Amino acid sequence: MNALSVHAPVLLVATPLLAAFVVPLVAKLGSTVRNAVVGVFTLLTASLAGLVAANVLAGSGAPSVYVFGASPLNLTLPSGMHVPIRILFEVDGMSAFMILITALVAVAATLYSFSYFKEHSGGEMYYPLLFLLLAAIFGMEETGDLFNFFVFLEIAGIAACGLIGFRPWRGRSQEAAFKTMALYTLSGLFVLIALGLLYGQHGGLNIAYLSSRVGAEMLDLVALGLLVVALGMKAGVAPMHMWALDAYGEAPAPISAVLVASSQASLYGLFRVLFTLFGAAVSVAALGWFLIALSVLTLFVGVTMALLQKDIKRLIAYGAVSQIGYMLLGVGVGFTTSGSRPAYGFVAMQGGIFHMVNDAACIGLLFLAAGAVHRASGTRDLNRMGGLGHDMKWTAALFAIGALALAGVPPFNGFSSKLLIYESSFAASPILAAIAILSSILLLAVFMKVFQAAFLGPRLLENVREASRGMLVSMLMLAVVVVVFGLFPGFFVDKLVTPAAKALWLGRDAYVRAVLGG
Amino acid sequence: MGNFPFVVAMLLVILGLYTLLFKRNLIKLVIGASLIETGVNLFLVALGYRTAGIAPIYTYAPPALADRMVLPTPQALTLTSIVIGLATTALLLSFAVVIHRHYGTLDVREVKELKG
Amino acid sequence: MNGINSGFGAWNPLVWTALFLGIVAVALAIRALGRKDYKKKTGQTKVYLSGNEEPEPEDLHVRGDALYWGMVEALSGYYRRARALHTGILSDYFAWIIVTLGIVFVLLAVGR
Repeated sequence: MNALSVHAPVLLVATPLLAAFVVPLVAKLGSTVRNAVVGVFTLLTASLAGLVAANVLAGSGAPSVYVFGASPLNLTLPSGMHVPIRILFEVDGMSAFMILITALVAVAATLYSFSYFKEHSGGEMYYPLLFLLLAAIFGMEETGDLFNFFVFLEIAGIAACGLIGFRPWRGRSQEAAFKTMALYTLSGLFVLIALGLLYGQHGGLNIAYLSSRVGAEMLDLVALGLLVVALGMKAGVAPMHMWALDAYGEAPAPISAVLVASSQASLYGLFRVLFTLFGAAVSVAALGWFLIALSVLTLFVGVTMALLQKDIKRLIAYGAVSQIGYMLLGVGVGFTTSGSRPAYGFVAMQGGIFHMVNDAACIGLLFLAAGAVHRASGTRDLNRMGGLGHDMKWTAALFAIGALALAGVPPFNGFSSKLLIYESSFAASPILAAIAILSSILLLAVFMKVFQAAFLGPRLLENVREASRGMLVSMLMLAVVVVVFGLFPGFFVDKLVTPAAKALWLGRDAYVRAVLGG
Repeated sequence: MGNFPFVVAMLLVILGLYTLLFKRNLIKLVIGASLIETGVNLFLVALGYRTAGIAPIYTYAPPALADRMVLPTPQALTLTSIVIGLATTALLLSFAVVIHRHYGTLDVREVKELKG
Repeated sequence: MNGINSGFGAWNPLVWTALFLGIVAVALAIRALGRKDYKKKTGQTKVYLSGNEEPEPEDLHVRGDALYWGMVEALSGYYRRARALHTGILSDYFAWIIVTLGIVFVLLAVGR
């Protein structure tokens, strides 16, 4: 048991990779065996994620370092070297939090996929791509080396685009996949240019090592600009958000939920660059306020354009993009005030980070419900649906829970995180809180439009049956998370969110010390 | 030598960006992405160069120059980047083929069913 | 006890839920004071529309686009421009990225 928990960080990436290569071989034995193997590997991955997070959060809060190929596993500077020369995984509070979010979304999406793709072929290609995407997301969230982050970023991009374009008989999904792949390629190349600049300046690519050496010189600032724009684009920050609407709207329903987790991993990378890599070395005011302005633009454009959509999945995609704005608003207020460190800055960080898990659960639930609606009614056009609530009572109730939670209606979890964001951003500038609250109300209006058009009214379509049991169980799982996080927010904020916020807000020295010692 | 390799690398990147912004054919966009990749790879390789250095191999290294080796890490970074570039270009081109089958055109201003 | 404290106020969802259930209980108690001896599906429960016919439910159902038509019309200036900006052309997506990159570089150079 001790060896397992010591090696758990690398097993967390290795298990999905192994699964990705085992599943095509096992799929020759039939779809039941394949589903069983996929289920076993998913549960194994989720347990490893829980183990890694428990180890880090139960400890003193110091980041746990795993060096590849070192003899005591946290030997970062062998033989008296000054530069950490091996690739290492460094898991601190924020990484542990992101790992838990990804594990939750992974289990829900895989369970949903079993029912969603029941009579369809192609499963031997779908599950390997899904496992590759999950391995890459876990790798992005755990790594302590910037080039390793770049490699996992690209793997996630390739796997995600393969999954977006998974049904080649729909022309639109191919268009969405091409656009997403082209943009991911450009952003990956921007990240690589930034890494080249940092390597040329400082001679290493380890995040802790760079963090102790980076300054405010011109080349470092060019690298910062490239990293911020590239990672912001991959997270879906306006005005670079348009690929996200195509991608989330055209991917199969469980993949949209996992894509949201992948965008949150890119947002995590942005936070890691801003807080841990550059930290207080760069004068924050102009960049911080620009990020806050972009986040407010994201949440406003996302919500207002959602009101126009006819396609149910593209509408929820606009909702997903607008919620990224909330996360960036909370953490952006924290970043802007990280010089003077007022109390509301920490509250803003807590709100933004808590919103990440709330959004992953709620948007995942909404995408899965939209997939169930699409499967039951055969159409995605809101103008042609009606009265599905007569036959799909469970799906309607779960959709209502997800929609109310995301719009910030008490007592669900969206209200708790949005309350923290509103109150702290009001202290930063009242206009931010006003636009954020207005957008929340508009989001409620948007989901009321979807609920009324799809579920209420007389029966307009024939042959509508309730979603199958696997889909309902996965949606119920996410709904339980929504309700429990909503009724006991204090517990989860203390145990999960505050260590993550502290790791970003105050934990830069601990992060550097864990690798460079002393 | 000086900064000349870096200038050429950035020039390639700018030419690639120009292609991505102003060309209309999807295949030309893929070529533009490939140009940017080439520029970035050239930039990475040029980072590691040391004037009059030898290859970073210890076996049979001439003793007079044994402490003047070019940096091996950027070479590893470049190899990884070339492989990633291969995978992304292959994926982009296969999507372009299927798009042509569905839309009948490769003009990026016509492939815009997902708008609004 | 359990809620979150944001430094400006506190939020305790268990207290809120207890209050909500209490109010729902009061509402149900008031409803139970009513009469139960009416006959359904007769003239006692028919909708009165000033003597007009009640249309079929299928004709009354408000479709997806129609629900917020008024709001979209009122903000049509903003919506026309916002919709025109979401062109769906890939080259425009690249243009937005380059523009944002330029603004970030200018801000970093000025703030240095």
